[in-house]
Amino acid sequence: MLLVILRKEFQQIRRNPAILRIIFMMPAVQLLILPLAADYEVKNVNLCIVDQDHSTYSQLLFNKLGASDYFIIKDVANSYDEALKTIEKDEADIILTIPPHFEKDLIRESEAKLSLAVNAVNGAKGNIGASYAINIINEYNQEIRKEWFTLPAFNPVPIIDVTYSNWYNEGMSYTLFMVPGILVILLTLVGSFLAALNIVHEKEVGTIEQINVSPIKKYQFILGKLIPFWVIGFIVLTIGLLISRFVYGIIPEGNVGLIYLFAAVYLLALLGIGLLISTIAESQQQAMFISFFFMLIFILMGGLYTSIDSMPYWAQVITRFNPVRYFIEVMRMIVMKDSSISDMRNQLLIIGIMAVVFNTWAVLVYRKRV
Amino acid sequence: MQQFYVFVKKEFYHIFRDKKSLLIIFALPIAQMLIFGFALTNEIKNTEIAILDGAHDEASQALIAQFEASKYFEIKKTITTTAEADMAFKADEIKLALIIPPNFKAELAHSNSARIQILADATDPNTATTLEVYAGAIVRDYQNGITNNYRLPYSITAEIRMLYNPQLKGAYLFVPGVMGMILLLISAMMTSISIVREKELNTMEIILASPLKPIILILSKAVPYMVISLINVSTILIISVTLLDLPIHGSLMLVMGVSFLFITTALSLGLMISNITDSQQTAMFISLMGLMLPTLILSGFMFPIENMPYPMQLLSNIVPTKWFFIIIKDVMIKGLGFASVWKEIAILFGMTLLFLGISWKKFKMRLE
Repeated sequence: MLLVILRKEFQQIRRNPAILRIIFMMPAVQLLILPLAADYEVKNVNLCIVDQDHSTYSQLLFNKLGASDYFIIKDVANSYDEALKTIEKDEADIILTIPPHFEKDLIRESEAKLSLAVNAVNGAKGNIGASYAINIINEYNQEIRKEWFTLPAFNPVPIIDVTYSNWYNEGMSYTLFMVPGILVILLTLVGSFLAALNIVHEKEVGTIEQINVSPIKKYQFILGKLIPFWVIGFIVLTIGLLISRFVYGIIPEGNVGLIYLFAAVYLLALLGIGLLISTIAESQQQAMFISFFFMLIFILMGGLYTSIDSMPYWAQVITRFNPVRYFIEVMRMIVMKDSSISDMRNQLLIIGIMAVVFNTWAVLVYRKRV
Repeated sequence: MQQFYVFVKKEFYHIFRDKKSLLIIFALPIAQMLIFGFALTNEIKNTEIAILDGAHDEASQALIAQFEASKYFEIKKTITTTAEADMAFKADEIKLALIIPPNFKAELAHSNSARIQILADATDPNTATTLEVYAGAIVRDYQNGITNNYRLPYSITAEIRMLYNPQLKGAYLFVPGVMGMILLLISAMMTSISIVREKELNTMEIILASPLKPIILILSKAVPYMVISLINVSTILIISVTLLDLPIHGSLMLVMGVSFLFITTALSLGLMISNITDSQQTAMFISLMGLMLPTLILSGFMFPIENMPYPMQLLSNIVPTKWFFIIIKDVMIKGLGFASVWKEIAILFGMTLLFLGISWKKFKMRLE
């Protein structure tokens, strides 16, 4: 009996090549394009310098900042107000003001002031940019000191030297981080969305009545809907992994089989959610809005875009019910950290429970009545 | 005009008959705005870290105390070897480890130089860089604390002022971004199925047989959704300002006007999708799958556009939310006026005309 339903479902999908094309094309195209844009590294901070001193020293600071990889001297303004315009237009990120008598103060008074005005609409970026600027100014300061007096052989004041090591991703590659994450999201969108629209489509068109009068059991019906999308999910995942291997050169550190193992359970959970929405919704429009609502929460709170640790506690609790979160964690573990199956057993267990709960729920809610 | 009025009335009936959908359309943006407004931020807060204290002396204790006091970090565990750090990273327990070498205090006191190592889980390079900068700043503060009473000659001090957002709130960036995204997606999704549904349910024939001009039909589809979207815009703005603390430094009228223009753009985009597709499923798939990630990634609030490779920067120009985000940020947070944002407004206006033009051209008077 199940075989018969499966054949019907596969035929139905095959008969609509337009949507099938979109199902495979859209994720592939997005995976090819979007990871290139997802780069958060703070670099190329645009500077606007207001030099009111016009001295050798201010020129030196100029050169020092210009030579750094982090900064681009975008503009030189005569007054702070003029410089502020460049920030308003988003042409500059930081205004550095070198006050009049900067050089004179430094030599005669032995101390001088600089001021930085930072565009902090993006707070984190502003903070990092300012931090880079301070580092360069400190270096520059040190160089000037050396000109005026020989520093003692050892440091006159305690200096703590900090070294940073970036584990698992020494080159700080953004694609290594984003590609698997975006793949998870695309897979999620395809899987749940298709399943969500499916049963409700039969309701709208009226063919569900024919199924209802047939001797098909409820669980057989749900399984018949589930398996074809499960297969489609695997195809999308494989296309995605091939793209990340051959276009982005990402070779997972860990076992690719584990990705498939997790995906198998994950897709079941996801399709379960989709089918549940589909049985509850009355029209395709409703199904779309409900799945949009959950998808957006799943995606934005999956830890790919903003860190889950930064969220308020109640939001972190919500993420514990978010399947995307677990798959992204697992992807990172397998692709970058070579974690073993025992490292990911929690995630696997939770997703397994979700799969059972949502599918049972869908079977229970589905009534053979219209 | 009479015809137009009658058709608008018909569309209103359609929408109001389906109470459940209507409820969803109104409740959805409110819920999303509240959740994302509070939850999404790139501020660093309470990141869990591990500490390897090889010294166990006063200096290392004092430094650890500074980390403890910081709102950025929370010490999750103390470890004794870097291998333990590896394990904690692999199990996703910590994001950063601070390694203090043996004899930390002695070295600091005698040779005036000590070395500290910071290990970061760089699987998420975005967060790793930020965390490293913040951790480095704490070490620098600690160092300045000890050197306070010793002043070097020829010192340059830099004063820092954070413009527009002195408390560095993440909301200033994310709330306008989320606002644009939700408005675009919901508006486009609503209209994307409006015409194609009539095709699917075969009611299109009746309409086509009437003496109605296509452009009137297309516009009358848009009007009721525009009313709904206007209500949505207002609730979203009220939530942003009252609950999410987003300031309105510029003119409220300008913000309202731009929002109105933006939903018109989004609704026309939906109409265009509806006109070029032939089934509801395709239309929804395009408006949801096709729009969601590109608006999220290319509109500039998640990832700064200036960081993208040049072709991506060009591509980002076709995303309507990018322009809306720029305008809202400039007007609400920076307090700029019309003179600074007229270019972006003109672009949104142009896009709207383009979408409506394509819808009108692609509208078929005949059914296949």
